[in-house]
Amino acid sequence: MHTTDWLQLTLYVGLLALITKPMGLYLHRVLDTDGRTWLDPILKPLENFTYKLMGVKPGKEQNWKQFTFSMLLFSLVTCVFTYAILRLQYYLPLNPQGFSGVSPDLAFNTAVSFTTNTNWQAYTGESTMSYFSQMVALVIHNFASAAVGIAIAAALVRGVARHSAKTLGNFWVDLVRTTYYLLLPICLVFAVFLVSQGMVQNLKANDTAKLVEPMKTTIGQVDKDNNPVTDNNPDVTKRKQLMETKTVTEQTISQGPVASQVAIKMLGTNGGGYFNGNASHPFENPTPLSNFFQMLSIFAIGSGLTYYLGLMTGNKGHGWAVWTTMMILFLVGVLLCSWAEASGNPIHHKLGVAVADGNMEGKEVRFGIFNSALFATITTDASCGAVNSMHDSFTPLGGFVPLFNMQLGEIVIGGVGAGLYGMLVFVVLAVFIAGLMVGRTPEYLGKKIQSYDVKMAMLALLVLSASILGFAAWASVSKWGAPNPITGELGDGTNNSGPHGFAEILYAFSSANGNNGSAFAGLGANSLWYNTTIGIAMLIGRFLMIVPIMALAGSLVQKKISPPSAGTFPVSGLTFIVLLLGTVLLVGALNYLPALALGPIVEHFLMHQGTLF
Amino acid sequence: MKEFLTEIRGAIMSTLILAVVCCGAYPVAVWAIAQIAFHDKANGSLITDADGTIRGSRLLAQSFSSNKYFQSRPSNAGATGYDGASSGGTNLGPTSEKLANGVHMKNDKGKDVDDTGNFDGIKDLIAAYRTSNDLKETDEVPADAVTRSASGLDPHISVRNAELQAPRIAKARNLGLERVMELVRANTDGAGLGILGVPGVNVLALNLALDSLQ
Repeated sequence: MHTTDWLQLTLYVGLLALITKPMGLYLHRVLDTDGRTWLDPILKPLENFTYKLMGVKPGKEQNWKQFTFSMLLFSLVTCVFTYAILRLQYYLPLNPQGFSGVSPDLAFNTAVSFTTNTNWQAYTGESTMSYFSQMVALVIHNFASAAVGIAIAAALVRGVARHSAKTLGNFWVDLVRTTYYLLLPICLVFAVFLVSQGMVQNLKANDTAKLVEPMKTTIGQVDKDNNPVTDNNPDVTKRKQLMETKTVTEQTISQGPVASQVAIKMLGTNGGGYFNGNASHPFENPTPLSNFFQMLSIFAIGSGLTYYLGLMTGNKGHGWAVWTTMMILFLVGVLLCSWAEASGNPIHHKLGVAVADGNMEGKEVRFGIFNSALFATITTDASCGAVNSMHDSFTPLGGFVPLFNMQLGEIVIGGVGAGLYGMLVFVVLAVFIAGLMVGRTPEYLGKKIQSYDVKMAMLALLVLSASILGFAAWASVSKWGAPNPITGELGDGTNNSGPHGFAEILYAFSSANGNNGSAFAGLGANSLWYNTTIGIAMLIGRFLMIVPIMALAGSLVQKKISPPSAGTFPVSGLTFIVLLLGTVLLVGALNYLPALALGPIVEHFLMHQGTLF
Repeated sequence: MKEFLTEIRGAIMSTLILAVVCCGAYPVAVWAIAQIAFHDKANGSLITDADGTIRGSRLLAQSFSSNKYFQSRPSNAGATGYDGASSGGTNLGPTSEKLANGVHMKNDKGKDVDDTGNFDGIKDLIAAYRTSNDLKETDEVPADAVTRSASGLDPHISVRNAELQAPRIAKARNLGLERVMELVRANTDGAGLGILGVPGVNVLALNLALDSLQ
């Protein structure tokens, strides 16, 4: 790493540490029904009016079943809402390009993807989605799924903090307050900043530029409906697309309301790009400065939530211990990933690529190696999934880091809310293991952890790994697992063969289950089979994880608190951090190492031998 | 049952209210501020010539192939490359044969033919770069010059890449090398805040600056 790389990393971690406490304090006010903020004069009337229209009594709290039911119902309604808009976009306004409706399987996949905060994108934004679809059908989930995640985290924290109680707060209140007081104001400022860096924000149709130098190129012929024109070989399977030499004189310049969408996409750890190139597209991430603040916004709320945890439980040391554990995992990831990318690819070095430049395939010059590796680590530590470089073209170990981050459950800061409740599952397990080691009943902040609680925690973890590994195994041995990325034909090789092809499949299901949304994008995932299985995996990864966690919250909230004694296991300090790290890594490593060995790890050695596929 | 209906109402109403506030009021507010405060940037940082024709965006790469222009990075955006409506990279992995050595379809007689499957690998791009810039077989080639960017629209090339191309441009345009390098420096976007990211030379801006010399 260069000196400037270390400086950037220090600046990043330093700023993140600085905003953690203020963000936590603000979250504490937002997530309290009667909390006061300086935005009250403007937003309080809107908030009350919203409750009135919804018929919600803000003072009425819910138990875990009611809370979960409201959350599921809300997710269902918003999901159907999005599905309907995508299917009908041709008839809806703000469609200057005249895009037709989205196919049923792709609409299902996309609706689920955005509802679950995954933002897996099997489509190319700039050539599939109308402005209305982008602005309404997709952006609504960028806000809503982020608010839902924070609401669930708040409910779990309340479950830990309260005792001998039944209720965990009111879902609708958390949803509305989080959106109004937290997400909207920050996004408004952030989006304007992004425009100042060169991000577009307009509602005009695409522009056409007259190229400075016309481009001569030979490409496959297509008819006016964009279908390939082929020769007349009697054997249909052997038909070849005819070629034509064309002089391209124009370039389409895609436009749209990008900045407003990108602000919430990052802050809400959604990650769904406006353009296909996501945060690598110059209109979606114009400068290193916009890149830096996009990275900071991914971690901002999740980091603040750890302070909120400490504040609510009256044990700030616990909040910081959780934060420190996350930071250790984060730093190890960044260092490994940037080292691997800076070392580059010996196969390409042998051809004549400058060794000092590292692996630039699929990376942008303005970000360079380090900011690409840093972004990749952050986006998969959190469940963001935005990318400013193509993970598929990373070196094997460089690509291993994002893959492993997702498989750990994205608990390193994590998705907004989702990261904290995911990490608390590991905390419960760590406390349980500590209890077993010393032979005492495990206690977490004065509450006895009993068999029901551990079962729920384990269920949340096992569902995830069973789904990732199960789906990946199924796809790997099936014809539908390797569609041709261009034609979509089944069983005819992926974009990449060998261990990298397997890594693409493993990455897809890790991303879907982890609700991340980034991809080894060479996989031809816009097929009926993938759209459906990945859609199901995203639902499993979101809701089959939330329900046991809410059950755990419901159980914890009822428990009595016993005063700490000499034998109480402290949940702050170095011992706890080491134990938590061990639990996270053991569970992650044991579940996924065999699969990882068949993908990136074996590929690393093959690359150094010079093997090509 | 009554409670259930209240919940349904809450879910439907909140969806509609969120749609109005987050998907209507919010983007329109950003749009209004952006159009007033940063009109040029909010509309794509377009470069227009004297008669108002759009010649490109400062932020989007175009293809350049003749000797008098600096060349952008290779692109995998769309079928033609540099397609502004279809951003993306190759997504080829580190052990990909296609990425390293390319694909060149041959007919029955073993001659190269045009085919949609054809692809220039890093090996081919290196050979072309060395030939056009008069480099030796043993010279290392800057990585950004022979790899495709993530978006396929990367507006920059590395400073080293520009330095290696500069003599070719100076010769083709009958300019002093130092004059060309001055323009390269003038069209280099520095690192953010002095330390963020990597400096890069904006190819489109540089080539237009070269054209306006004559």
